[in-house]
Amino acid sequence: MSTTSEVATQAATIVRPVREQTPVGRFLSDFFESRIATAAVAVFAVILFVAIFAPWISPQDPYDLMVVDVMNSRMQPGEKSLDGMTFVLGSDGAGRDMLSAIFYGLRTSLGVGVMSAIIALCIGMTVGLSAAYFGGRTDSLIMRIVDLQLSFPAILIALILLSIVGKGVDKIIIALVIAQWAYYARTVRASALVERRKEYIEAATCLALSHRRIVFRHLLPNVLPPLIVVGTLQTAHAISLEATLSFLGVGLPQTEPSLGLLISNGFEYMLSGKYWISFFPGIALLITIVSINLVGDQLRDVLNPRLER
Amino acid sequence: MSVFITRRVLQSLVVVFVMSLLVFFGVNIVGDPIDMLINPEADQEDIEAAIRALGLDRPIHEQYWYFVVNALKGDLGKSFIFAEPALKLILQRMPATMELALTAMIMAIFVGIPLGVFAGLRPNSKISKTIMAGSILGFSLPTFWVGLMFIMIFAVMLGWLPSTGRGETTSLFGIQVSFLTWDGLRHLLLPALNLALFKMSLVIRLARAGTREVALQDYIKFARAKGLSSSRVVLVHVMKNIMIPVVTVLGLELGGVIAFAVVTETVFAWPGMGKLLIDSIQLLDRPVVVAYLMITVLMFIVINLMVDVIYSILDPRVRLKDVKS
Repeated sequence: MSTTSEVATQAATIVRPVREQTPVGRFLSDFFESRIATAAVAVFAVILFVAIFAPWISPQDPYDLMVVDVMNSRMQPGEKSLDGMTFVLGSDGAGRDMLSAIFYGLRTSLGVGVMSAIIALCIGMTVGLSAAYFGGRTDSLIMRIVDLQLSFPAILIALILLSIVGKGVDKIIIALVIAQWAYYARTVRASALVERRKEYIEAATCLALSHRRIVFRHLLPNVLPPLIVVGTLQTAHAISLEATLSFLGVGLPQTEPSLGLLISNGFEYMLSGKYWISFFPGIALLITIVSINLVGDQLRDVLNPRLER
Repeated sequence: MSVFITRRVLQSLVVVFVMSLLVFFGVNIVGDPIDMLINPEADQEDIEAAIRALGLDRPIHEQYWYFVVNALKGDLGKSFIFAEPALKLILQRMPATMELALTAMIMAIFVGIPLGVFAGLRPNSKISKTIMAGSILGFSLPTFWVGLMFIMIFAVMLGWLPSTGRGETTSLFGIQVSFLTWDGLRHLLLPALNLALFKMSLVIRLARAGTREVALQDYIKFARAKGLSSSRVVLVHVMKNIMIPVVTVLGLELGGVIAFAVVTETVFAWPGMGKLLIDSIQLLDRPVVVAYLMITVLMFIVINLMVDVIYSILDPRVRLKDVKS
C-alpha cells in the first residue's frame, strides 16, 4: 500500500463520525477502499461496454459472410491481410477476425450469464422467502427439494437437461436457471429466517398487512445483501458453466457463438501450434470471470456486518 | 448411531424412488420414449417389437413398473451405436473415470492442505498472498480452457507429455489401471492435474480458514506452552481439527469431480464414462445417456450417504441434533 492511500484511509476514519453518510455513500466508500476491487469494477465496466457496443466497435462483423474471406483464414496475431486489414489477435479457420469474434462472443456469453442469473435469482428469491416466511410443511418440503438438487453438481443437471431438450439460447438459459435457482433459495431462506424473528416483522404482522406486502416490502429489503453477493458470484459461475457446456457441444448453436464455442472451434488448430484461436477467447473469458468474482468477494466483505471493518 | 444410519438409508431410498420417477417421466412425458429409446433407423416391424418389449403399449403406471423391474435387473436399454447393453458400456469405462477422479482428489489433498495450512499460519507473508491469489485464479479458470492450455504448453510446445488417451494399462485385480506403468502415468498426469485444480483451490481455502481459526484456540496455546515442537503442534493438533470440514467437503465434492471429469475427459480424449456421455449425446445414443443418468444418480446418493455417516462419526453433534429434531 502506498502512503497516499494510507493517508486517505486515515482521513476517512477521522472524517466518518463527523460527516453524516448515507447508507449508499458508506457502502460505496467501503467498497472502493480496496484497490483490487476498484480495478475489477473498472475492468468489468470495460467488458460490459464492449459487450453492449460490440457491433459498433468491432473491426468487422464476424458473421457477415460478405465481409469474412476464407483467404484470410488462420492469420497470425498482428498479421495484415491483402486488402489492408490488420488482424490484431489473428483470425480463425474461416477467416474471421478474432478480436471481433471475441467482442461478439462476450456479448453472447454475458447476455446468457446475466439473464439466467437474474431469472434464477427471482425464482430462488421467491421460493426462499416463502419457505422462510410460511415455515412448517411448506418450508420442509421446499428445503428437501433444494437439498436434493444441491447434492448434484450444476454442470451435471444442465448437461442432462440440454441433452434432452437440445441446443439454443433459450434452452441454455432455462438449463442454467434450473441448475442454479436452488443456491439462491437456500441463501435467501437462511437470512430470511433470521430476519423473520425480528420485531419489525412482528409489528408489520400486527398491522394486519397482507403476506405479500410483508414479504416483499419488509422482509425482502433486509435479505438483499447476501442475495446480491450470491447473485454476483453465481453470474460468474453461470458464464463459466455456459462456456463449458458450449465447449462440450451441448450449449449454444454455431450460429450464436459464445466464448466457449470460440475456444472449442480453436481446439483442432491448437495441436498444430495455432494457439491464438483458443487462447484469446479464453483470456477474455478469464478476465470476465475473475473481475466478477473479485467484485463479488469485495461485496461479501463490505456487506457482511459481522466482519470488523 | 444405528438410528441415525437407518434414517439416512431410508431417506436415500426415498430419494432413489423420487429420482427414478423423475427420470422415468423425463423420458416418457417430456420426451417421446419411442424417439428416445428405439433406434430411429429401425424399420416399422422392429419398432413395434421394441414398443412391445419396452411395454410402451401399456398404461403409464404399468410402464413405470416395467422400467423399475428392468432397472433392478440391470437392464437399462441397448446402445444404438455399439449394439451392447448400455449398462455394460458404462461399467467398462467406469474404472478409467474413477482412476482419474481419485488421482485428482489425492493431488488436491496433498498439495492443497500443506499450502492452505501454510497460508493460514502466516497470513501476511508474500508466499501466502501468492497462494491465495493462485486459489482465486484456480476458482475462476474454466476447467476446459486450462486443459487446452496444458495441452498447448506441455504437449505441443514442450512435447514433454502426451495429450490424448490413457496410455499403456495393466490389470490390477481384473481392472485396467494406468498408474502402474510409466507410459500410463505420463498420460494420467495432465488430465488429473487439470481436474484437481479447482478442488485444490477449494482445499487451500478451507485449510487456510480452518487453520486461522484453530491457531487461536486455547488448546493450541496450551500445546505450545507445554513445549511441544512447532511441527508437532501443526501436524497433530492443528491438522486434526481442520480435517472435519475438509473431509466433508471433499466427500461431497467427489461427486463433483466425477461430474467434471466429463469436461476433462473430453479435452484429453480420456476413455472414461464422461467421454462416453458426450459422444452419446452427440450421436443421439439416448439409452446410454439415460443409463448414465441413472448410474450417476445412484452413485451420488451412495456418496452422500457415506459422507453423512462418516461425518456423524467424526462429529457426534450432527448425529445427536438430527435424532432429537
